[in-house]
Amino acid sequence: MTTVTRNISFNEALPALVSAQFSANGWFDGREAALQQFLALGGIPTVKTEDWKYTNVVSFFKNDLQVTLPEVPEVTAAQLEATGLVLPDTFRLVLVNGVLQPHLSQLPPASQVTISKLSEAGSQPAVELYFNQSPRIGEHHFAQLNAALFNDGLFIEVKAKAQVELPIQIIHLYAAGQARLFNPRHLVVVNEGAALQIIESAAGLGLADKVVINSVMESVVAERAQFSQYQLQTGGNNLRIINQNLVEQKGKSVYNNYTFTLTESEFVRNNLNISLDEERTETHMYGFYIAAGGQLIDNHTSVDHRMPNCESNELYRGVLMDKSTGVFNGKIYVHEDAQKTNAFQQNNNLVISPDATIFTKPQLEIFADDVKCSHGCTIGQVSEDALFYLRARGIGEAEARNLLVKAFAFDITAKVNIPAVRKQVEQLASQYLNA
Amino acid sequence: MLDIKNLHAAVEGNAILKGINLTVKPGEVHAIMGPNGSGKSSLASVLAGRESYEVTEGSVDFLGKDLLDMSPEVRAREGLFLAFQYPVEIPGVSNINFLKTAVNEIRAYHGQPPMQAKAFLDMLKSKQKLMEFDANLMNRSLNEGFSGGEKKRNDVFQMAMLEPKLAIMDETDSGLDIDALRIVSAGVNKLRSKDNAFIIITHYQRLLEYIVPDFVHVLYNGRIVKSGTKELALELEEKGYDWLKEDIRLEEPVQ
Ligand SMILES: Nc1ncnc2c1ncn2[C@@H]1O[C@H](COP(=O)(O)OP(=O)(O)O)[C@@H](O)[C@H]1O
Ligand SMILES: [Mg+2]
Repeated sequence: MTTVTRNISFNEALPALVSAQFSANGWFDGREAALQQFLALGGIPTVKTEDWKYTNVVSFFKNDLQVTLPEVPEVTAAQLEATGLVLPDTFRLVLVNGVLQPHLSQLPPASQVTISKLSEAGSQPAVELYFNQSPRIGEHHFAQLNAALFNDGLFIEVKAKAQVELPIQIIHLYAAGQARLFNPRHLVVVNEGAALQIIESAAGLGLADKVVINSVMESVVAERAQFSQYQLQTGGNNLRIINQNLVEQKGKSVYNNYTFTLTESEFVRNNLNISLDEERTETHMYGFYIAAGGQLIDNHTSVDHRMPNCESNELYRGVLMDKSTGVFNGKIYVHEDAQKTNAFQQNNNLVISPDATIFTKPQLEIFADDVKCSHGCTIGQVSEDALFYLRARGIGEAEARNLLVKAFAFDITAKVNIPAVRKQVEQLASQYLNA
Repeated sequence: MLDIKNLHAAVEGNAILKGINLTVKPGEVHAIMGPNGSGKSSLASVLAGRESYEVTEGSVDFLGKDLLDMSPEVRAREGLFLAFQYPVEIPGVSNINFLKTAVNEIRAYHGQPPMQAKAFLDMLKSKQKLMEFDANLMNRSLNEGFSGGEKKRNDVFQMAMLEPKLAIMDETDSGLDIDALRIVSAGVNKLRSKDNAFIIITHYQRLLEYIVPDFVHVLYNGRIVKSGTKELALELEEKGYDWLKEDIRLEEPVQ
């Protein structure tokens, strides 16, 4: 009983799998409860589930999908280098199938940051306090599934006031001989007054079949701390990505999220949930996606303004080509106590093929009266006036369109503060847009 | 250089240009005046190739070729330039990259290799000096956040860079203060030669004191209803357009 076979549904097969494979694994005793919550939510969501209306994942969980604890093959430095993901001027953590590989990693000073495998972090007070505790985690089918099935991941804790000088690049590598579900799990705690930047990249290593990466990262940004998270979703075509990012912000903290989806993966679903638990926080969310071929790229974000005087600012942009589909759903909840909230949201889409589709929905629920909220979404082609202006200067139509699409993209990439990241993203964007 | 014959054009089925005739020779400056909505910008747009206009009748010959047969970019590469009444803001496209692309696409059309970086910068500098154009604007996004006057001056600066044979300037003077007007006019005068020509669309005689036209035409209701020399501009300034409208009504054939 290690795989989901053709005749038994994933939901039905799961309880036996969990008890046989995972229940005795590690320090976490919440697997059974997570499994029950997953099943109570209905198991794998179908298009009848509101948040999965346009995003059909059911077929991914059929046909001999392996769900056992994954093996961890040996990966060499040369193989790592060959992924092209390694960025200069960073600390580096390399994970293979969710397991940290110290021989490929370059750790930041232990005086500033504690880093360990999550499987070995059970006795850490921060794990006790925060692991699997994020508000809204109970609503997420896939976060529950992850809690039931995860085997390992990262625990990162930045000491109070530590200013980690270089960004930490986390490279997630996945290797499997056949269709497989991975459930990597991470916890990041940035303590009072500390500052951390992480850059996440992922790639498959010679994958023979499609794998599903169901990843969960919980982050806690303590009082006055600053945390920037870059997700560079640039991996190859055999990855199907379901990604949960759950962030809690304490008083006067700053959190920045950059999610760039420039990938050959046929499927990416991002869930970003941010909970503003205390006053005077600041949050920025930037997203950029290019979908081509038959790709589906889905970004669901939510921000809970729970306390007064917090500011959140969200800008997501996408370019939809060929027969691709984009989904954007941005929820902003302003709770009753969250007076003087500033919340801004913007989603702009450039649809440059008649066969491409975008579903975009801002969702604001405001229960406080003294707030400033704005949202907007646009779906369009390149501006005809701009196109004519460029052509009237002698620039050919194709080149003019290309310039305008890049301009649309680079408006977002310009927000990136790490030069190497910006360069990589802009190169990839150019490459996809020129294809 | 430019020979417009009986040009008719429509937008969304509405006739806007109703039989324009105009001949421009190398070295000449023509001014086109006329009340709002008479079709001046439409004429400029049709000449530059804006696709929302449908030419329903007539012909335009530009340097011996059929202008109406060319795409907007080919018209530009053949030496036509339009300084827009409302230059467009294009965030994310840097002014300097845009100019380099334009210059090199025009060169490629004429079988010339791309300009070397150094040569391009030298040209940029000399034209900036010629047009007294603020170099700080070069590194910004194309027209983004520029004031009205800065946009107009940027268009005229582009004109200096691209060295067109025929430049059409659509109300370049509106939005310019008196000093900017003087600077832009001086720049245009320096660009004038026996080989190129200008069509200057304006409401005001003031600009024509700086850039002295050889001919002045009045466009009204889609037609050139009166042509003359620079004195006509003075007369229009003095009397407005109403006297013309009356004259024209008398001339309209009885339906
Ligand atoms: N896109 C359009 N659709 C419909 N009518 C238009 C359009 N553009 C211009 N027009 C009309 O054409 C006429 C001439 O406009 P325009 O050429 O801008 O005049 P001018 O530049 O002389 O002020 C006006 O009546 C204007 O309303
Ligand atoms: Mg006009």
